[in-house]
Amino acid sequence: MTTERIVVVGGGMVAHRFTEALRARDAEGRFSVEVLAEEPRAPYDRVALTSYFKGASPEDLHLGDPALWHDPLVTLHRDTRATGIDRDRQVVEVEGGREFGYDHLVLATGSYAWTPPTAGSELPGVFVYRTLDDVAALRHYVQERREKLGRTVRGAVIGGGLLGLEAAGALQELGATSTVIQFADRLMNLQVDEGGGEALKRLIENLGVTVRCSTATQEIKAGKDGHVGSLLFADGAEQLCDVVVFATGVRPRDELGKESGLEMGARGGVVVDDTCLTADPAVSAIGEVACIQGACIGLIAPGNTMAEIAVDRLLGGASTFPGADTAAKLKLLGVDVASFGDAFATTPGALEMVYADPVNGVYKKLVLTDDASTLLGGILVGDASAYASLRPMVGAHLPGDPAGWLLPEGAIERPNVDLPDEAGVCSCNNVSAGSIRGAVNDHDCHDLGAVKACTKAGTSCGSCLPLVKKIMATELEKSGIEVSNALCEHFSISRAQLFNAIKVSELTTFTEIIDRFGTGRGCDICKPTVGSILASLYNEHVLAGDRAALQDTNDRMMANMQKDGTYSVVPRIPGGEITPEGLITIGEVARDFGLYTKITGGQRIDMFGARLEELPKIWKRLVDEGFESGHAYGKSLRTVKSCVGSTWCRYGVQDSVGMAIALELRYRGLRSPHKLKLGVSGCARECAEARGKDVGVIATDNGWNVYVGGNGGFTPVHAQLLVEDVSDEEVFRVIDRYLMYYIRTADRLQRTAPWQQDHEGGLDRIREIVVDDSLGLGEELDAHMSRHIDTYEDEWKAVLSDPVRLRQFASFVNAPDQPDPSLAYVEQRGQRRPATPAERENGPVLIAPTTLEVRS
Amino acid sequence: MTAAPDVASSAATLVCRVEDLTPDLGVAALVGGEQVAIFLLGDGSVHCVQNLDPFSGAYVLSRGITGSRGEVPTIASPLYKQVFSLVDGTCLVTMDKSPKPGHAPDLVVHTVRLDNGAVWIDLAGDR
Ligand code: SRM
Ligand SMILES: Cc1cc2nc3c(=O)[nH]c(=O)nc-3n(C[C@H](O)[C@H](O)[C@H](O)COP(=O)(O)OP(=O)(O)OC[C@H]3O[C@@H](n4cnc5c(N)ncnc54)[C@H](O)[C@@H]3O)c2cc1C
Ligand code: SF4
Ligand code: FES
Repeated sequence: MTTERIVVVGGGMVAHRFTEALRARDAEGRFSVEVLAEEPRAPYDRVALTSYFKGASPEDLHLGDPALWHDPLVTLHRDTRATGIDRDRQVVEVEGGREFGYDHLVLATGSYAWTPPTAGSELPGVFVYRTLDDVAALRHYVQERREKLGRTVRGAVIGGGLLGLEAAGALQELGATSTVIQFADRLMNLQVDEGGGEALKRLIENLGVTVRCSTATQEIKAGKDGHVGSLLFADGAEQLCDVVVFATGVRPRDELGKESGLEMGARGGVVVDDTCLTADPAVSAIGEVACIQGACIGLIAPGNTMAEIAVDRLLGGASTFPGADTAAKLKLLGVDVASFGDAFATTPGALEMVYADPVNGVYKKLVLTDDASTLLGGILVGDASAYASLRPMVGAHLPGDPAGWLLPEGAIERPNVDLPDEAGVCSCNNVSAGSIRGAVNDHDCHDLGAVKACTKAGTSCGSCLPLVKKIMATELEKSGIEVSNALCEHFSISRAQLFNAIKVSELTTFTEIIDRFGTGRGCDICKPTVGSILASLYNEHVLAGDRAALQDTNDRMMANMQKDGTYSVVPRIPGGEITPEGLITIGEVARDFGLYTKITGGQRIDMFGARLEELPKIWKRLVDEGFESGHAYGKSLRTVKSCVGSTWCRYGVQDSVGMAIALELRYRGLRSPHKLKLGVSGCARECAEARGKDVGVIATDNGWNVYVGGNGGFTPVHAQLLVEDVSDEEVFRVIDRYLMYYIRTADRLQRTAPWQQDHEGGLDRIREIVVDDSLGLGEELDAHMSRHIDTYEDEWKAVLSDPVRLRQFASFVNAPDQPDPSLAYVEQRGQRRPATPAERENGPVLIAPTTLEVRS
Repeated sequence: MTAAPDVASSAATLVCRVEDLTPDLGVAALVGGEQVAIFLLGDGSVHCVQNLDPFSGAYVLSRGITGSRGEVPTIASPLYKQVFSLVDGTCLVTMDKSPKPGHAPDLVVHTVRLDNGAVWIDLAGDR
């Protein structure tokens, strides 16, 4: 059999997908492929280009298995630009005059970054954002300018679409300031409406990016040294700027098609039919260069679909282009924006349902059919958690109350969606819910990695992963396969099971425990878990016996490690109440050791930048003045936040500060699966935000209401009412039992909120156990808590009197007092902070850590 | 690696004694101005790697948690929890992160010589 020669012009993402799919499906080796690529490297993940600024190397961006390029039927010609096509002779000419004959030609030349004609756009310092070479040049230029100018580089991005915002984030990542200049009246005007644009602007500004909408750039002006110096706008305003990135859209690279007489779309692009063929049966076009169903599409998912179709057709298949999903999600850390389906409600009769929370920068809109039953599209800004579930539902009946998708997670129940098999889950790779179910059921993929490898779902932008995981878990559960709850490779049981095993066996060292219940030497997951369980059970010192080696570094040094390897110090300030003398002591300690001080969100004071070898000296001072550890480092009680309460406040009905202090002293040092926070408010106005805490106590005219299972963090949840109008004693008793029951049964690093949600029977069942004592566990839980309260000792005080444990606080075994020589600081607003890598490189601002003479 | 044995031993530095080490609790040491992390494991073996954590740029590996992945003894960084082999320095778990620019993901492993309870570190034998 003779092989047919396929020539692919363009070595981008879609060319890669084409080649990969062809080699995967053409088992007999009917076709050979030659890929002509203008760029000097194999195809790479352009979608992930921005990660280059977060330190990814070009190799990290490679696509698929690099072995593809060593396949005997595949030849990749890098640095090879095609200059012409002779369709009569069926040859492609490349720069330098060489020719490649083809039986079938595939055009996959993608797009180029288009820039509006602007005076000054040829100046050094003006960039586009399309290829690895573009971003490498940008990075290099910013670094060079910073050195040259000796100050922070000022950046501007022209264009406020998806790509412009990504570029603005990249400039910041490079340590430059960034301003986005948008011609339209709002950011991402193609994806979001006015309300969404407003919310988005606020979110972007919160990242420190300046936004100028409705602004036309007239000229880029040179500075004194001939590099970019400022931008001049049409309204006459001028803005200083050292580097400009154009992100004003792309245009198809269709010149080869045009010159060889192929039909062009109205706005460019090589016209193809639904099988990706041009009018010439020997020429296909795929990806961004193709004008399919009347348009060129600047997204990877439809490009990949076209590649698969072209391959299928070559192999005699009958697939056709189904139309493009233009859903989009912004890939910018901390800014959630997604838009999908008929986002602008252009369908006749469409209904829009909007939820807006301007304070938190959240805007959500669902577009529904006129009977509010079928989902047509939507816009999610500020909270796109529902995106993965909603996108595949477009065109489908939306079960339950649609408001469940708009309100913050947990406000009312989200409808449970069982996606139809044909619903698309991963649009980047065109994977349906059915294929994921198939992978789980027919191909034995029982973890996320296996499902990803088998279906390719989730391997591009990753936004579908939560949904992929959910579908997988549901399928596994259906077929009775237990989703492993093993702690780690060393323990095949869950934390709760291990807790019981340790309790019953009465083993007290890690070595005995792992020998009996696990395998190997342990790891950073099971060691701290065992350390925490032992601490919860016996309340011995965290550094006692072989425990020190089990603790995460924070517990091991009894301080929180910061990014540069120094520590923060947080003394306990129960209920947030502190005497003027106490404040002075903290001030003096911080001053004498040159520590950065800040009031925390937990009503106490944090001192940052303490070196390992300084910790005992700092704590000696604090302990001598009556302070004790605040356990800011422990998975344990953190703070009990209070409002001022009835002692001063005109509305207070109970002494909230007194109650907060009593609770904090009762539970201080209590080790638990995750951290614990409590709050006490003196009346229903709730100034202490107690319902955002694991346990919230709120005063009533008759006593206290106790709420449980609140959470801040990534998924905020309000605490739920456990008991009403109870006395002080009853407050202590229900909280004692609630906390102890949680400590015994929760998973590793599971806060009370998810624990309570996942608990069988939910809060009602928990109330039966801890309030009504339905399991008869009450006495045991009470006894366990009193043991904890009776044996409490201040960890830091204990260490200070133990020379063996103090040895751990040496900086170097052969130079115990020598500071880590790598530390470097700069001054900011009268205090010091770690120098950034750029500041380190530029040298002059470095100061050595202050080591003052310390009285001890 | 190709250094003759006598050259290598003359480059070795005495940092401490085995009794100074606690099993599974790392220590940092300064060897010719360079920061290294030294670990005594439960089986009595002593390992030494760079103290610099490539994923954070901070000198903190001595303060990580020792353990194992399969048969390989490991150290986990205290900052972002990447896991490295103590035998050959390979980064076994990247936590889906990349090292800081200019750093390789794998650690340099230094040669340890135990001589009558004295711990010698030899930077010339770097792998
Ligand atoms: C210092 C402080 C910020 C500040 O300057 O105000 C802070 C700092 C840290 N928080 Fe926090 N959180 C601080 C109050 C909070 C609050 C507000 C509060 O407590 O009222 C919250 C939301 C309430 C909550 O916890 O539900 C909060 C939610 C988190 C979370 C998310 C927890 C979750 O359930 O999702 C983390 C991550 C974690 O623990 O896994 C976290 C983690 C951290 C860590 C430990 C991150 C880390 O691993 O390095 C930071 C260490 C600080 C240090 O080194 O001292 N911090 N953190 C606050 C210390 C309060 C204190 O006095 O102890
Ligand atoms: C920073 C960035 C972020 C993005 N994020 C997303 C996203 O989140 N989601 C999404 O769906 N899409 C995203 N995109 C768009 C996505 O990258 C493109 O849709 C996709 O790369 C198109 O693939 P392609 O193969 O058609 O074109 P390209 O990847 O552009 O490849 C075309 C290749 O052909 C080469 N070429 C052109 N002409 C010739 C010639 N004459 N001879 C030889 N070679 C030639 C070019 O040099 C180029 O390497 C992003 C793009 C960028 C730049
Ligand atoms: S929110 Fe908390 S964890 Fe995040 S940077 Fe601030 S202090 Fe650190
Ligand atoms: S939707 Fe992008 S990877 Fe699945």
